[in-house]
Amino acid sequence: MYTGEMLSSIAKVEASRKGRVGAALRRMTADEKRDILGRFHPDYREDRFEPLAIGPNRGEKVPLELAALLQAKSRVADSRIDLDAPAHEVDVLVVGGGGSGASAALEAHAAGAETMIVTKLRLGDANTMMAEGGIQAADKANDSPAIHYLDALGGGHYANVPKLLEKLVTNGPAAVQWLNRLGVMFDKDANGDMITTHGGGTSRMRMHAAKDYSGAEIMRVLRDEVYNRKIRVVDFTAAIELLLDESGRARGAVLMNMETDEILVARAKIVILATGGAGRIHYQNFPTSNHYGATADGLVLAYRAGARLLYADTLQYHPTGAAFPNQIFGALVTEKVRSLGALLVNRDGVAFMHPLETRDVTAAAIIRECRERRLGVETPEGFGVWLDTPMIEIVHGEGAIEKRIPAMLRMYSKYGIDIRLKPILIYPTLHYQNGGIRIGADGQSDVENLFVAGEAAGGIHGRNRLMGNSLLDVIVFGRNAGQQAGRRFKSVRPGRPGLEHVVRYEAERKKAGIDTEKLSPLLLPTYTHRRDGHNAAS
Amino acid sequence: MEEMANVHIMGKRYRVPAILTIMGAMEYAGYHLVRGCGCRNGFCGACATIYRIPNDRELKVCLACQTTVADGMYIATLPFFPLLKELYDIESIRPAQRIMMQLYPEIYSCIGCNACTKGCTQDLNVMQYIAHAQRGEYDICAERSFDCVMCGVCSSRCPAGISHPQVALLARRLTGKYLVPKAEHLERRVREIENGDFDRLLAGLMAKPREELEALYNQREIEA
Repeated sequence: MYTGEMLSSIAKVEASRKGRVGAALRRMTADEKRDILGRFHPDYREDRFEPLAIGPNRGEKVPLELAALLQAKSRVADSRIDLDAPAHEVDVLVVGGGGSGASAALEAHAAGAETMIVTKLRLGDANTMMAEGGIQAADKANDSPAIHYLDALGGGHYANVPKLLEKLVTNGPAAVQWLNRLGVMFDKDANGDMITTHGGGTSRMRMHAAKDYSGAEIMRVLRDEVYNRKIRVVDFTAAIELLLDESGRARGAVLMNMETDEILVARAKIVILATGGAGRIHYQNFPTSNHYGATADGLVLAYRAGARLLYADTLQYHPTGAAFPNQIFGALVTEKVRSLGALLVNRDGVAFMHPLETRDVTAAAIIRECRERRLGVETPEGFGVWLDTPMIEIVHGEGAIEKRIPAMLRMYSKYGIDIRLKPILIYPTLHYQNGGIRIGADGQSDVENLFVAGEAAGGIHGRNRLMGNSLLDVIVFGRNAGQQAGRRFKSVRPGRPGLEHVVRYEAERKKAGIDTEKLSPLLLPTYTHRRDGHNAAS
Repeated sequence: MEEMANVHIMGKRYRVPAILTIMGAMEYAGYHLVRGCGCRNGFCGACATIYRIPNDRELKVCLACQTTVADGMYIATLPFFPLLKELYDIESIRPAQRIMMQLYPEIYSCIGCNACTKGCTQDLNVMQYIAHAQRGEYDICAERSFDCVMCGVCSSRCPAGISHPQVALLARRLTGKYLVPKAEHLERRVREIENGDFDRLLAGLMAKPREELEALYNQREIEA
């Protein structure tokens, strides 16, 4: 599978391997981190951002691709929709079928609310399903919520909203307990103690995992539980606009059947947006590890309805996306591979950094190794550096790879690469939307009765998220939104649903001279694989 | 010049780059996928696909996002396979043999044809894990089925009408909830937090100015 040039570099990696096992690698100082981020992290490329011309965040910069979507034309701008003939009338409408949507629905339903999930693909088709490495929770004797707080705060560059981060870390152990009681199979030792490891930037080993199918294991259990409780799920149906009442409170959504384009109206007393991230927008033409449906739809809907965004200018590039072979270009290689002892090694066989710096710093260092130092290995799509997977079995013994990271073993074996024997080529891949819709500790956005949970929300992780804090976030804030909605729905006296905010937004667009006919939300990306000579990275 | 392959998608012929996956080939051919496309990374099971290759009588199955095209391939996707999912209350059921008997009795009609195993897109020994479920060995069934992405190909081939992924999911939930011992450190920590044991520590930390937080972060001790 590997090219001749790759194989001769592998020989150098193999020659230096034994000497690298157990050798201490220095961590960067705060100054070194600042420097490398400023020079190499994609978030710091000024020419790839622009200030928004309209809406609640007017004047603040966001990625060019996101600005285009936020300021695009509404899909209902030219339609007349009969809001008096709703197809659905519920207490709580959950938009999105990932981990946070399912958690929110379970809690709202448990509180007695008539709850419905709409999702543009299937329930469980979400980034949660693809989270491999694990979920953080400070539940070991040498750990505490305060230590977890400090790790996440430093990793997030002190920009995390304190009340949100406090909620994340103090509810961490209860979230893991809730999942375990639903039947999620965490990795445990014979006594039942959780087997935990480090993630980048953690100071305690608090990463809980279910092999390297952590998110998949969580998602399939949550989905099963949604079915067991007979919560209504409407799949292949996207929310394309929110409904607000005359007081500006959320009142449901306009839905579109993804297959027939039929427009439907769902009225609700409370709406929970759990629409996930944005990797499929391919910021700065990066490939992505994200799900097919990760297109920032929730941000567009909430922004038009008047909700402020927070840190929409910061994205996470996961340090280790697959750089080769092409069929899996951009796919996630879990951080757990580094947690288990594999080092990042350049073309000459030199381990060039500590493997567990925070993700933004690690990604920037890999980009520097390739761009500035020219010590990357050439691939069909650019460059990559080695992730020396065979080290794992030297450290943890034979069989460790099959037991701890079976998905990685399988992904590469399909292309004739045995990661127990050969290292793999990686390069940063677009992975996570650090920012999102601003929420309070109750999960509510600036729009009354509009709650947001999961990757669509912003502020919890500051400007850089740590590994394992996203699976935690979807559970903690998904449950929180569902519980809050469950407490609140009975006292909501809903008004008349309307789309006046969309009319106003269209007027603002015109006034600002934005005349694009581009429609948003995007719903799904379009790929042509260079049939027409160009293509977003897939 | 890029190497090309001739493939038949839903019976129609297209010429596509030979390096593409089946999913990529469909997009290259002009399909804008809604059904049959999910995580695009082999975790969600949305893109179960059947295909034939010339001079091979076997009808093969795969995940479209995980399989490279081959010249002459005939491709048809299975965008949806309705599995049978029985409802249960996880709090009231117990990991005894009779729960499988009650919910999924058809597993005892397995005729041992092994078509499920041959069909598995994850190369799992499906028939074997069903055998463990039959015997009430839910922990072994759970371990052996762990990598299942619930694409449903196994069930599409089963003459006994077994929904293998659902049987395995029940076995895993029973194992995770009842058969594996509880994590005592987790139970203890949840009680401590509920008791407010960490409130002061955390409040004290949150009250500190940024400079002090930076110093604490940069000097924090990292567990080896």
